[in-house]
Amino acid sequence: MKGYRSEQKGTTMILFLEKEVDHHLAGEIRKEIDDKIDCGSIHNIIFDFKGVGFMDSSGIGMIMGRYRKVRFFGGKVAVSCIERRIDRIFSMSGVYQLIPKYPTLESALESLK
Amino acid sequence: MRKHKEFSITFNSISENEGFARMVVMAFMTCLDPTLEEIADVKTAVSEAVTNAIIHGYNNKDDGKIKMECKIRDNHLHIEVSDQGVGIENIEKAMEPLFTSKPEWERSGMGFAFMEAFMDELDVISSPGKGTKVKMVKTIYSA
Repeated sequence: MKGYRSEQKGTTMILFLEKEVDHHLAGEIRKEIDDKIDCGSIHNIIFDFKGVGFMDSSGIGMIMGRYRKVRFFGGKVAVSCIERRIDRIFSMSGVYQLIPKYPTLESALESLK
Repeated sequence: MRKHKEFSITFNSISENEGFARMVVMAFMTCLDPTLEEIADVKTAVSEAVTNAIIHGYNNKDDGKIKMECKIRDNHLHIEVSDQGVGIENIEKAMEPLFTSKPEWERSGMGFAFMEAFMDELDVISSPGKGTKVKMVKTIYSA
């Protein structure tokens, strides 16, 4: 019951989020991503929300924090497979002004090429 | 049938308890036959309130106590989340969307905004050094 899994394609890290993204899980994800950013192995990040039914403001904070971090080195962040509920949370927080959303993981990967 | 029931629990201020609090409230409110949307609204609000108590009330220390009291009165769900933490000096400022007192912890500043958006009533009672109580009400229309 880790709550997420990750995969690396070239210099892009894909976070497959599962179920519920809250402050508790955000802390664990942040650590894993930042270790990889700090050792220079990743440039871009995609957060895939397929199957995620819940996210609160802590998830927003974690994603925006990673955006600021990779942007510093010219990297990009994208989100994919956003359901209606989470779409509303993202919209209300203004995330889409900085981070694009894609209907599928494949289209998100394509956009980062 | 008129429904009257209530419970209260106290748990310590660790982040695992955010999910626990959401589960408990979700189980409690099922008797009102809520829609999935209404359940999601309440879960988000509870998560924000409990996370605030942990992060802001107790500065992320795990030895604080958080009390959650829930009542059902007809089709109104009342939820109170309280802590005996540091309290809020300027409640009006704290409730502004995107304002956060902890940018270094990557807080989005959307906690109160979500509570306000997803619940029908929100009341924050707080004084520095004494703690914070968040009172919320949601009317469940499918009941």
